[in-house]
Amino acid sequence: MGDSHSAAITVEGLWKIFGPKAQKVLDSEDRHLDPAALREKTGCTAAVRDVGFEVRPGEVFVVMGLSGSGKSTLVRCLTRLIEPSAGDITIGGENIGRASPARLREIRRHQVSMVFQHFGLLPHRKVIDNVAYGLEIQGTPRAARHERAEEILSLVGLDGHADAYPDQLSGGMQQRVGLARALAVDPQVMLFDEPFSALDPLIRRDMQAEVIRLHREVGKTLVFITHDLSEALKLGERIAIMRAGSIVQLGTAEELVGAPADDYVADFVRDVPRSHVLTLRWLCRSPEPGESLDGPELPVSTVIRDAIAASSASAHPIRVVDGDELAGVVDRVDLLSFLSGQETPVRAGA
Amino acid sequence: MKIRLLAGLLALGLTAMGCGGATVDTSTSSAAPEAGASASGGSAGTVKIAINPWVGYEASANVVAYLLENELNYDVELPEIKEQLAWEGFETGDVDVIIENWGHPDLKKQFIEEKKVAVEAGSTGNKGVIGWYIPKWMADEHPDITDWKNLNKYAELFKTSESGDKGQLLFGDPSYVSNEAALIKNLKLNYKIVTGGSEAALIKGAQQAQAQKKPLLFYFWDPHWLFSQTELVRVNLPPYTEGCDADPKKVACDYPEMDLDKIVSKKFADTGGKAYELVKNFNWTNEDQNAVADDMTNNGMTGEDAAKKWVEANPAKWQAWIPK
Amino acid sequence: MSSATAVGRPARLGLPRWAAPAGAAVLFAAAYLVFRDTATLPHNKEAAPFLAVTELREWIDDNRNDNPLFLYFLNYIRLFVGGLYDAFHTVLLALGWPGITGVMGALGWLSGGRWIAALAVGGVSAFGLLGLWESSVDTLALVAVAVLLSLAVGIPLGVWAGLSWRVRRVLTPVLDVMQIMPTFAYLAPLALFFHIGAPAGAIATMIYAIPPAIRITALAISEVSPTAVEASASLGATGRQTLFKVYLPLARSTMALAVNQTIMMALSMVVIANLISAPGLGGDIIRGLSRAQVGIMLPAGVAVVIMAVVLDRMTMALSRRDAHAATSRADLAGAGALAVAGLALIPVLPRVWPENLTVNVVAEVNDAVRWAETNWYPVTTFIKDVTTRALLNPLESLLTSAPWWLVALAVLAAAWRVSGLRPALTALACLLAIALLGLWEHSMMTMSTVAVAVLVTLAIGLLLGVAAARSPRFSAVQRPILDAAQTMPAFVYLLPALALFGTTRFTAIFASVIYAVPPVVRLVEDGIRAVPATVVEAAASAGSTPRQLLWKVQLPMARRAILLAANQGIVMTLAMVVIGGLVGAGALGYDVVLGFSQRTDFGMGFVAGIATVLLGVMLDRITQGADRRSSPRKRKFT
Repeated sequence: MGDSHSAAITVEGLWKIFGPKAQKVLDSEDRHLDPAALREKTGCTAAVRDVGFEVRPGEVFVVMGLSGSGKSTLVRCLTRLIEPSAGDITIGGENIGRASPARLREIRRHQVSMVFQHFGLLPHRKVIDNVAYGLEIQGTPRAARHERAEEILSLVGLDGHADAYPDQLSGGMQQRVGLARALAVDPQVMLFDEPFSALDPLIRRDMQAEVIRLHREVGKTLVFITHDLSEALKLGERIAIMRAGSIVQLGTAEELVGAPADDYVADFVRDVPRSHVLTLRWLCRSPEPGESLDGPELPVSTVIRDAIAASSASAHPIRVVDGDELAGVVDRVDLLSFLSGQETPVRAGA
Repeated sequence: MKIRLLAGLLALGLTAMGCGGATVDTSTSSAAPEAGASASGGSAGTVKIAINPWVGYEASANVVAYLLENELNYDVELPEIKEQLAWEGFETGDVDVIIENWGHPDLKKQFIEEKKVAVEAGSTGNKGVIGWYIPKWMADEHPDITDWKNLNKYAELFKTSESGDKGQLLFGDPSYVSNEAALIKNLKLNYKIVTGGSEAALIKGAQQAQAQKKPLLFYFWDPHWLFSQTELVRVNLPPYTEGCDADPKKVACDYPEMDLDKIVSKKFADTGGKAYELVKNFNWTNEDQNAVADDMTNNGMTGEDAAKKWVEANPAKWQAWIPK
Repeated sequence: MSSATAVGRPARLGLPRWAAPAGAAVLFAAAYLVFRDTATLPHNKEAAPFLAVTELREWIDDNRNDNPLFLYFLNYIRLFVGGLYDAFHTVLLALGWPGITGVMGALGWLSGGRWIAALAVGGVSAFGLLGLWESSVDTLALVAVAVLLSLAVGIPLGVWAGLSWRVRRVLTPVLDVMQIMPTFAYLAPLALFFHIGAPAGAIATMIYAIPPAIRITALAISEVSPTAVEASASLGATGRQTLFKVYLPLARSTMALAVNQTIMMALSMVVIANLISAPGLGGDIIRGLSRAQVGIMLPAGVAVVIMAVVLDRMTMALSRRDAHAATSRADLAGAGALAVAGLALIPVLPRVWPENLTVNVVAEVNDAVRWAETNWYPVTTFIKDVTTRALLNPLESLLTSAPWWLVALAVLAAAWRVSGLRPALTALACLLAIALLGLWEHSMMTMSTVAVAVLVTLAIGLLLGVAAARSPRFSAVQRPILDAAQTMPAFVYLLPALALFGTTRFTAIFASVIYAVPPVVRLVEDGIRAVPATVVEAAASAGSTPRQLLWKVQLPMARRAILLAANQGIVMTLAMVVIGGLVGAGALGYDVVLGFSQRTDFGMGFVAGIATVLLGVMLDRITQGADRRSSPRKRKFT
């Protein structure tokens, strides 16, 4: 899983400004204008504004935002598919901004691969040749790359479709091909640009499960772009919420829902059933004197929803433990008042 | 074939490397008789006789072509190239022979004297004269119409939808030898040249004019078979005097009688062998030409058939042309 | 005053807008009456630009073999193209008719299966059957060279333009002008630099055929899914790998269309290239023209059409082919068998089509034409004379007797109103350039002919287009006819015109009308059909009669398509009217023909070629703006 001390990806002070006078804008104070005013004044669009974050090796890092928030530009800047205007990007300890074109190609070939919203498959090639494309351009001999592609195909559950053409597959299967293509080159980092937003809800759920499974099996570092909050909550170990090119909050799902940084984030997460996201850590309190400590024991990371059953099975309050230490207790009254405090019924699936 | 191809490409490359530059006649499609030799087994070579757009010319060309093919075993190509372009064809190798040349002293000066790519190959024996004609019925009705001075008086008669408020002078193929524009301007005639575009348009016009008694003033020439079928009268322009047509812009006189002659490319004259001899010897009368032309136009014969008919009927004449 | 129609047209739209153009028209009419016959620019065969070009040509003729530009550059190009033509010609001759038939059949089979193969075999045999084997082989070789060179230059340029918007921006206006250039305009400069003959013809054809090769390739490349390109780049592909593994394969089927269009353009040019002595079927057609015998022209025309249809179907089949369907073994076997059979028969059968197997229809066709001439003479002459006297002559005398500045003002006003200031200034500049070149009167005459032809074309086009849009059955009958008509090379339309009307200006008008009507019909029909169904439904539910629906909803909403049709119609008509110089259209087209026929008039012909281009740009600018401007409302602000 790599060295836990050094981050897999580090981004510092990243800017991307589109337009004829990008560099000039960047050097002036205009860059702090809000996007609409900036466009009005200079004709430039600031898609990514002073973004910085770190992604730990093996982590699933989600960037979430509405369309136009700059998240797709951000992910493309990571491997300079879009050239950043300013900022430092380090992947696997190597400064991407300073890489020569040849070195950059090497990084794209071996270290970072990407899955696209509209799949980006080559319709004139069979599935197997699509999957093997990355190996082909590296110069891998045909037999070797086909063997590898077959392996990956069975990993993503596409056994027996090697000789089909992309347009003969359903959307979900096509994206599995896209996934396989990205996996085939065995990268350390995989970038997902809204990979499932073009799919039907049911298929989307399958694919999300697939990503979770693959992440468990192959253990890559994933950067996942989405505009779907429930997807972000489901997949992301940490989530960065973007708005107008900037990150407004970065944290775990629990932090976002439990302590939104501003009204924007709060508004965003308002409809999320908090009992599905928050853990007992948020609810537990010190035991009152004389309170029974014979109830069932649950770890602090237990989602509140899952604590309900335990609570109803026992007359005693739940003992919430963090490791071996007692973190606090939660009783039925606490749970009921928490649940009733929700202004809206459970809607978003989690 | 492949070898020839390779050789051609190689030659191309060599010329290019030679750095001597390329002249236009360095063309592989040169008219030299040896060019076609390998393509058609046993042929003595290929001769390209330009075809100018009037049937008298075609008659001569077809008879010569027939004899070259059947008596001397040459291949003959008859590319459709108009008078002045055909002269340029001598330079590019697209033409070996012009079988009936109407004057063109300027072209002779340029291509024979200056560029030295063509040479004269003697008279065809035909006498040619160009002029303005009207159907006979008009001359009968208006006896003074044949004098050019009275043409303006009758301009009204010759008006058509194409000529607007002027009289129409019907002209033939745009490539024909022509002083018409200068004549109309310098003789102050109230006429407009309407181009029929072809010999056929002139013939059709003349036949209709005589048969249906329609007025028509048109450009025409002798020798032509039409004179034996339709009665035409020539309009007298100011008579030709030596040198009156020296400046094409100032011409105000009739056309001279011309001794029609043959022009061949220098290359053909030098390397054409027996084919060149035959062309040089070719010489016949206006009647001979009219007979062949008449067969081609009115008796539904192809040029080849008409030539064959004449050749079979006149062995004594053509046998004198065959080189020994 | 040519603008009378353009200025008058919007008058129908409503009273407030009606006043200004009408006032302008009255003003122009008054000015004409006052200044008529002053400041005219009568034609002078000795205008300075003509003489200058003629002199230049004389100089080039004298120095063609001495001047370094020719010696080391232009003559080599000529030599190279000539060598290429000879190579093709030699190979085709060596294949002979059995070989060519077999190979074409095999290619047809590979491109589209056995029916296309049958078509190819039938087509090739038809050349022989018509007695035109040798001319057809010449033409085939010429087309092959021209298309090969066009693609060799055009596809790389097109790819470049497709990848870089900068290149595209530079190329687009150049291609625009090339595409409205009438075929004739290409000939004189080429004769000047490359002399006459097959090489010059091939180069002229190539230059004429290259715009679609570039344009469609660029389109094909720019249409390639950006995600696929990005995906390729994200995997570390080099630019070259992305080009060859993504762009080109994905653009393939559209690029087959580029090949198709290039071939079609080349076929319509090779015939005209005969004017500068290029060999082939054009020679037979020009021979027919100069003998006024439709019987000679018709088989050659039919042969060109057959060649066009065969090559069109082959390349279209290629572009329509299912992307993943590998050629089946049966198809391969069939194609192989055909090719082998053809090649094996080369030594057995004569190389040239046997003469006793030809069908000679010259006499029959001539008789039929003669019959039509005699029997329809009263009708055709009546139509011809009425159109000429009622429309053409008055318009021509109007334009040639009006002062030049008045015409220029009218053009400026019309273009400004229809298309805006910039196009108007371009149009004015073109017109003034024409005046300076000394071709004012002839340009005015050509413009009158074009105006009459456009009027007729639009009337017929609108009628048929509306009819087709309203009746699916009519449309179904008409479509294949339009398809076929658009495959035919331009000059083919001269034949029926010539047969019916002899050599007059009306012949050119008739030919251009039948040439330009098909695309106009199609644009109008598509425009009306493109009116959203919901709008039509809404109007119908409000109780509109079909007539009201047409006039109040469909036609106004199809305005842009109709204006585009007008623009196309004008450009095509001009091209045809100029070719009509071969059949009596006179003026600019005839000047070009004359330039090739009489050396002393070369300069005039050359300049007339330039003038036709200027005229084309002018007419295009007057009308093109209309379809680019989004709404009539915008007009008030300009």
